[in-house]
Amino acid sequence: MNASFEFVMHADEVHKSFGLLHVLRGVSLDVRLRETVCIIGTSGSGKTTFLRCINHLEKIDSGLIEVNGHPIGYRERKGKLVEDRERNISRQRTEIGFVFQRFNLFPHKTALENVIEAPVHVRGVSKDQAIAEAETLLARVGLGDKKDAYPGKLSGGQQQRVAIARSLAMKPALMLFDEPTSALDPEVTGEVLDVMEELAHAGTTMIVVTHEMGFAKRAADRVVMMDEGVIIEEGSPEHFFESPTHERTKTFLSKIL
Amino acid sequence: MVALVPIDWHLVWTRIVSPNGVFAHALWATVYISIVAQIMGILLGLLAALMRMSRLLPFRFLSGFYVLVFRGTPVLVQIMFFWLVLPGPRIFNFGAFHLPQAVVAGILALGVNEGAYMREIIRAGIDSIDRGQMEAAKSLGMRSGLAMRRIVLPQAARVIVPPLGNEFNNMMKTSSLVYIIGVYEMFSDAEQAYSTALAVAPFIAVAFWYFILTSIWSFAQALIERKLAVSEHGDEISLRDRAIGIWTEGGGMVRSAWPWRARA
Repeated sequence: MNASFEFVMHADEVHKSFGLLHVLRGVSLDVRLRETVCIIGTSGSGKTTFLRCINHLEKIDSGLIEVNGHPIGYRERKGKLVEDRERNISRQRTEIGFVFQRFNLFPHKTALENVIEAPVHVRGVSKDQAIAEAETLLARVGLGDKKDAYPGKLSGGQQQRVAIARSLAMKPALMLFDEPTSALDPEVTGEVLDVMEELAHAGTTMIVVTHEMGFAKRAADRVVMMDEGVIIEEGSPEHFFESPTHERTKTFLSKIL
Repeated sequence: MVALVPIDWHLVWTRIVSPNGVFAHALWATVYISIVAQIMGILLGLLAALMRMSRLLPFRFLSGFYVLVFRGTPVLVQIMFFWLVLPGPRIFNFGAFHLPQAVVAGILALGVNEGAYMREIIRAGIDSIDRGQMEAAKSLGMRSGLAMRRIVLPQAARVIVPPLGNEFNNMMKTSSLVYIIGVYEMFSDAEQAYSTALAVAPFIAVAFWYFILTSIWSFAQALIERKLAVSEHGDEISLRDRAIGIWTEGGGMVRSAWPWRARA
């Protein structure tokens, strides 16, 4: 077992380019058990790309990302890192929940079917048990009465809460949120943020890319500011919102607050 | 004034209302040749569509080459080709079914040809599904095969079924071409009747029978589409509207066909 196992997520000098665009220029970040980390920064700073690298939806060019002490997406062969087999990547992803900006619920399945899909077909949980757990989860996100509704009949806020329940159903060690309220109408962002805040206080390990500074203040243990593909400042929410040190952070916060 | 050849309507009528004994065989041949060839086309098309998305270049190349060849040459030539190169016995035995060599060759040619068209239809269906669906499935730990089968293809099916319906409609009519290699089906039956009557009547009668087949299929297609549409939209289009739609807009999703009906 690796020394870095004390961290649920360990990223070291991660680089990623899309063609000529060098999006991540050496990102290093450690996330401890039960910690909530909010990543903020201007659009194009690479925060979403970094999040997508953590569950290997994007392949990193160099560096290392470990979840629970296991490198993600790559394994060592003859001293070189090669891309892992799909089977192993998929198994690692079961440990990492991902909530998308645009929900990405399965439109041909009801809320309940969305939630039980992966436990039944990936984990091999019995259908009865999966349904019982899914009902509990849907109640937890406040949608116990909507379990038989198709996503098309749900509001954006409701869809995102189903998406959170769907990720939680896999009992992941780490939850990733990619701007979960950016695609929502302002009046329903609150219901989603409330659910996330409840998760954070219940001790879920999570990394949240967000523009919701109020949420960061209330729920984050640590806030990380990214700019042009690197982390330029990190610290407690108090530090960030009262006495930011970096010039870019000050400019960014003055614009957004 | 050009004088048209007089049509023997009595003969047309006779061949419609009281077809001779072998006609049932001919009708059945057309139906099963079309169905088997279409199923083969769907399977080949699915295989080729998946190969096209493969990471391995030879698979992608093979898939492209297949479409290029079989869409680029006449189906009639392909029928002749399969008939001439197909080795084996004069009668093929598949369990309870005993098929003459020409029928097997005909089905193979129609099926392989259809697969090339189905690949494009299935590919378009898969491409129409948002990339986020595959990403969501993968982030839940599903491997691409499972995600394709449980998440992407069921959604793509809704996009695939309407053009698939058109393909099968075409298939029933195109299957008449296998008469050229001596398969006994509806068109051959008409052709034989023509050789004794030397009149246009048998062809009018057979046109009527093809029309019956395609109409039945349009109705079946509407049922399938309704079933696929229900889950996603919740509100159904009534069977009556579908049935009427077949005659007004050629089948499929028709709601606007009845402007005088209240629009909810």
